[in-house]
Amino acid sequence: MTNPHALTRRSALATAVGLGVSVSFLGRAAYAAADGELARRKLIVIVCRGGLDGLSVSPPVGDPDYAALRGQIAIAPFGAPGGALKLDDTFGLHPALKSVHRLALAGQARIAPAVATPDRARSHFEAQDVLESGGTVAYGAGSGWLNRTLQALAPARRIEALSVGTQAPLILRGKIQAASWSPGGLEGRDERLPRILADLYARDPLLGPALASGLETQNMAHAAAALAKAQAVEMAPPAGDMAQADPMAARTAPNPPGAAEAARSMGATVAKFMTGPNGPQVVAISVDNFDTHANQGAGAGLLATRLSYLDSLLDGLSTGLGPEWRNTVIVASTEFGRTARVNGTGGTDHGTASTALVLGGGLKRGGIIGDWPTLQPARLYEDRDTAPTLDMRALFKGVLAEHMGVERRALDGAIFPDSAMAAAASNIVA
Amino acid sequence: MALPEPSDLNAAIAATRFGLGARPGEIEATRRDPRGFLKAQIRPEGADQPQGDLGDSARNLTVFQDLRKERKELKAEDAAAELKQVQAQIRDMAIAEMAARGRLAAATPAAFRERWTLFWANHFTVSATKGAVAPIAGAFEREAIRPHVFGRFEDLLLASSQHPAMLLYLDQAASVGPDSPAGRSAAGQRRQAGLNENLAREIMELHTVGVHGGYSQADVTEFARALTGWSISRAQDAARGADTAAPGSFMFRPLAHEPGSRQVLGRTYVQDGQAQGRAVLADLAANPATARHIAQKLAVHFVADDPPPALVARLEHSFISSRGRLDTLAATMIDSPEAWTPAAAKFKTPYEFLVSSWRAAGAAPELDNPRKFVGSMTALGQRPFSAPSPKGWADEAAEWASPDGIVKRMAWAEVAGTTMGTDLDPNESARSALGARLSHESATAIARAETRPEAFTILLMSPEFQRR
Repeated sequence: MTNPHALTRRSALATAVGLGVSVSFLGRAAYAAADGELARRKLIVIVCRGGLDGLSVSPPVGDPDYAALRGQIAIAPFGAPGGALKLDDTFGLHPALKSVHRLALAGQARIAPAVATPDRARSHFEAQDVLESGGTVAYGAGSGWLNRTLQALAPARRIEALSVGTQAPLILRGKIQAASWSPGGLEGRDERLPRILADLYARDPLLGPALASGLETQNMAHAAAALAKAQAVEMAPPAGDMAQADPMAARTAPNPPGAAEAARSMGATVAKFMTGPNGPQVVAISVDNFDTHANQGAGAGLLATRLSYLDSLLDGLSTGLGPEWRNTVIVASTEFGRTARVNGTGGTDHGTASTALVLGGGLKRGGIIGDWPTLQPARLYEDRDTAPTLDMRALFKGVLAEHMGVERRALDGAIFPDSAMAAAASNIVA
Repeated sequence: MALPEPSDLNAAIAATRFGLGARPGEIEATRRDPRGFLKAQIRPEGADQPQGDLGDSARNLTVFQDLRKERKELKAEDAAAELKQVQAQIRDMAIAEMAARGRLAAATPAAFRERWTLFWANHFTVSATKGAVAPIAGAFEREAIRPHVFGRFEDLLLASSQHPAMLLYLDQAASVGPDSPAGRSAAGQRRQAGLNENLAREIMELHTVGVHGGYSQADVTEFARALTGWSISRAQDAARGADTAAPGSFMFRPLAHEPGSRQVLGRTYVQDGQAQGRAVLADLAANPATARHIAQKLAVHFVADDPPPALVARLEHSFISSRGRLDTLAATMIDSPEAWTPAAAKFKTPYEFLVSSWRAAGAAPELDNPRKFVGSMTALGQRPFSAPSPKGWADEAAEWASPDGIVKRMAWAEVAGTTMGTDLDPNESARSALGARLSHESATAIARAETRPEAFTILLMSPEFQRR
C-alpha cells in the first residue's frame, strides 16, 4: 500500500484495542514499500469445494445437446421463468447468479466454461490438492501456488495474504506465513496473555508465527469494524452482528436462514480488510458443499441456494471494495465439474471440466475464456463429462501474469512446476 | 529402537498421545506399566457408549421427519413462535448427542479406547452438514462404529455401508439399477430413476483401497450397480407388508437391484441381490491396498503427519496377517517403538484440545451448557458430527495451526481459565496433565502467572499441551 502513514496509524489502532504493539508486529516487516500500479493490485481466489457443476453455473442453453442431457436439472432457456441469464447466444448464467450477471453486463465478469486441472481421477481430495498445490500430481507438494506466488514476488514487493476460515487451505500454505481470519465466535480480552504466549512460543516454528499473524489480523478486524461503524457504512456490520449471522455456520450448513446475507456481510468485511491500512492484497476463500449427487434442482433447489450464497459473497466483495474494485481480480474455480448427463437421483456425479468465473473492475471485455468443446456425444470426455479445453494452470497463470505482473519464468517453474506446456491464457485483464 | 520401559515420560506419552490427555492422577497410575495400561483398554465388545436418552437411528429419523412435517405446516400457517420451537427441538437433538459424546471423552478412564474409536468414526465420516443426516449422525457412531472398533475391519465396513446415515449422506438410498424392475417401471422412467455412484466411489477412495488403489471409473460404476437396492425402509413399506425392519432402518429393495453379474477390480460377482454388494465389500476389505491405506492413516493419526515408513509397514503387515483384526492392529500400534518417540509431533485438533483441557481440570463445566460448547466448537472450526466432506476432519498441523485457529484457542483457554482454573493449584495441574513432558519454560511461565485462571490458561496454551 502507498500510504506513508500506515505504520503509525496501525500502531495507534493496535494500542487502541489494548494489545501490545511489540506483540502484534512480532517478526513482521510492518510496511511494504512498493510504488507503482502493481502494488495496488488485489487478487481473491475462491475455491468452490465438492465439484461445482459448470453446466449449471454457466448453462450452455444454446448448445443443441444441453436440454436432453440434463433432463429435469436443465436450466430453462433465456427469457423463460427461472431461465438462464443471457451472456451470449450459447451461454447464460444460473438465475441465482444475479450479481455476477450484472457485473458481466458491465464487462466485469467472464466465464471459462471448460477448464480443468491436470488431474483426472475424479476424486475430490486428489483434485483439490492438485488445484491448490499447482502441481501435476496429487500430494506432490506441501505448499500452495498462491504462497509460492508471494515468494516469487517477495524480492520486488512484499504482499500480505489472508485466508478466510479457521483451517488453513493448502493454496496459501508455504514458506510465507499468511494470515487467517474467520468471523464471530471467540474473542480474547486478557491484555497480558498474548505477550506471555509470544514469549513461550519464541522458539516454536509453528505456533510463534501463527500467533503473531493471528493477533495482527484480529487488530485489523477490530479496526475494520470500528471504521465501518464510524463511517456508518451499512456494508460492514460490527462484529456483534456478524456473530449473530454466523457466516461460518453458513459455510458448513447448506441452507440456514440468512445464509446469503451472512455471505454478503462476510464479503464486505473481507473487502474492508483489503482496503484498510496494510490490508491483505491476496485472499483465499473456501466455499463448501457443491457435491450435488442428488436432487440438485434447476433454477431453484439445492444448487441454486448454494449459488445464491456464492453470488452474495461476490457481491459483498465487489461492492465493498469500492474504488479498489478496479484494481481487483476474483477467480472462482472448483476441483472438477460434473457429469454432463443427469444421474438416476436428480443429481450429477463426479466429472471433468467445469466453469471458472473471473471477475474484476479492470477486466478486458471479451467472450468466453478458452474454447467451448460443445456437448455433442462424440465430444464428451469418456462419454460422460464436459471435455476440458483449458488447463486450470493456464487460467491462473494468465491472471498472475497480466494482473499481478508475475514473470513467465516463475510461472512455469516455481509456481506451477513443469507447466510450460500450459501456456498462460491472455487478454483477461486490461 | 527399544520398546518403551516403565518411566515417567512413557506414562505421559501413554496418557497424552495414545489417550485424550491426562486426568489428575492418571499419569502416576500409568507409570508402572504404560503399555499394559493401554492394552487393557482393548476389549471384544468394542467402545464405550455415550449415555443419555439419545434414541436409535430408526426412532430419530421418524421423529425428525415428523418435526420436519410440522415445520412445513407451521411455515405455511406463518406460526413464527411454534416454528421456532420446532426448529430448536431439531437442533437440540443433535446438540444432546454432541454433549453426551463430550462427557464420555472427558470422564473415561479408558481414553485410548475412545481415541481409537474417534479415529474410526472420522474414517467413516457422515456429516450433519447434510440436513437429513443431522438427527442420526450420532446414532451412526453409536450403532455402526462403536460396537466394531476392536472386531474385524470387514464387519465395521459393512456396518458403516449399510447404516441409514451413510446411505443418506452418500446418496445411496435412492440409487436404482437402470435395468431393474423399478428402473424400467413407468414411475421409474418418469422420474428418470437410475444410478448414483457417490457411495461406491467413496467406499473405494476413502474407506478401503484409497485413491491409488488401482480402480477405474468403470470399477466405480460397476460397484455402484452392485450396491443398487441398498436402501432405507419407510413407513409405506411396513404398511404394504414388505419384509422389513422398523421404518428408518436398512432395507434391501430387490426390485431396485440391477440384474446380472458385475466386474469390479478384475473379479466377477455373480451373486444375487444383497449378497453381490457384500461380496465386493469383503474383497475390498481384504485388498492389500486397504491394509496400506489404513496403516498410513493410523500412523499419521497417532504418531506424525509424516510418519516413519517402518511404522506404516509394521501396521500394514499386522492388518494383512490378522485379516483385518482391529484389536490386533491396536496392540501392534502400542507395541511399536516409533509410537513412543519423546518428541510430540502431533498438533491437537480443536476437539482434542477441549477434551484434554477438561481432563486436565478433572471437570467439564462447559458441557452443562451444551449450546455453548457447540458454539465454541463451531468457532474453532470443528463443529461435532459436521465434517466438511466425506474425507472427515484433517489430521495435520498445517491445517489446524492457522493464525485464526491459534487466536481462537487462546480466547477459549482464557475463558476456561476462569471457569475451570479458579480452584486448582496450577503448578500441580501442569505436572498432572503433562508429567515428564512439561518443559522448564512452560513450568516457569505458569509459576509466574498473576492469577490462578491465568496460570491454567497458560498451561492449556503451552506448546507441549497443544501437542501430543
